[in-house]
Amino acid sequence: MTGSATPLSPFLQYRPQLTSVLSFLHRITGVALSVGALLLSAWLLAIAAGAGVYDLVNAHVTAWYGQGVVGAFLFALYYHLCNGIRHLCWDLGWGLELSAAYRSGYAVIIVTLALTIITFCVGRAT
Amino acid sequence: MAQFTLPKNSKVKQGKSFPLRGASTRKKTLRVYRWDPDAGENPRLDSYEIDPDQCGQMVLDALIHIKNEIDPTLTFRRSCREGICGSCAMNIDGVNTLACTRALSDIRQDINVYPLPHTPVVKDLVPDLKHFYAQYAHIKPWMQTDAPAPAQGERRQSRAEREQLDGLYECILCACCSTSCPSYWWNSERYLGPAALLQAYRWIIDSRDENTEARLDALQDPFSMYRCHTIMNCTNTCPKGLNPAKAIARIKQRLAAKAF
Repeated sequence: MTGSATPLSPFLQYRPQLTSVLSFLHRITGVALSVGALLLSAWLLAIAAGAGVYDLVNAHVTAWYGQGVVGAFLFALYYHLCNGIRHLCWDLGWGLELSAAYRSGYAVIIVTLALTIITFCVGRAT
Repeated sequence: MAQFTLPKNSKVKQGKSFPLRGASTRKKTLRVYRWDPDAGENPRLDSYEIDPDQCGQMVLDALIHIKNEIDPTLTFRRSCREGICGSCAMNIDGVNTLACTRALSDIRQDINVYPLPHTPVVKDLVPDLKHFYAQYAHIKPWMQTDAPAPAQGERRQSRAEREQLDGLYECILCACCSTSCPSYWWNSERYLGPAALLQAYRWIIDSRDENTEARLDALQDPFSMYRCHTIMNCTNTCPKGLNPAKAIARIKQRLAAKAF
């Protein structure tokens, strides 16, 4: 072959499928949970460090952006949990037909959103 | 490592346009990936307007129409035109499928046609599948036995044993599944991919094969099979309606059971 070196065919135009999007989201929420665990530890350390430090940190947590982070963390937590259970079912050999994978995918989305909203609202009310 | 850009020499440029000659009440535009190994240029996307009434119903018919009537330099593989040879596997409208079984009328917008994703390109829509075939050979796709064959007749299977092969033996090795898999895009040097693994399971589950344990052991490492994360693009895309993700899950179950 002469001319330029053999190109690699494009792959980013691949149309997202529900199953693949949920799979990516599982990986992303896993990373987000690791970062969230650090933030959670910082909040706990602030409690241990006394009232002054706690008030400072808590001002950020209760601010609109802090609440956004809390909401995102809850979503990541519940999504990773629900989809993790979906993965465990697959490992047991359940729900591997395409139709079942779509049904469980939609179920994970609905349950995740419901749990996130409920927890967030209960947390704010108390 | 996941890669989200194409190498510099692989970036796709705007190509030529071939407007429809003559009037037509219906018009369909195909945007086709082109790369000429002799030109020394980057790949490009050529745009062809066709009258769907002038050719057959399938995307392959449109490609043949373009090659015959508009641009004879267009290169693609095709053979049976009825979904059994697997030659015309390509990425059409964002998903991998066989051009011969994908109807033009099912795609409302302009039709993008690319070679199978994340493969080295030989020319235009022809991908280099050497590595894919080597992986198929790697799983030893033939019957392995110690016992001699019966003196008369073949090795028999019960009806139930034979049914285990349904949904596996139909695979035509078109590579639609493997090249749809993000894990395969990013780990194909060490991950065997859905097609080779479905074939591996086809021999693991075959009651006549006597090398089952060795076949399972060969997949017991972090990469050969365990790069499958049940993304299910393979099952979504299979033009034969098979379920490689399920076959891989069955191998995982067999390997897990071996640990006890």
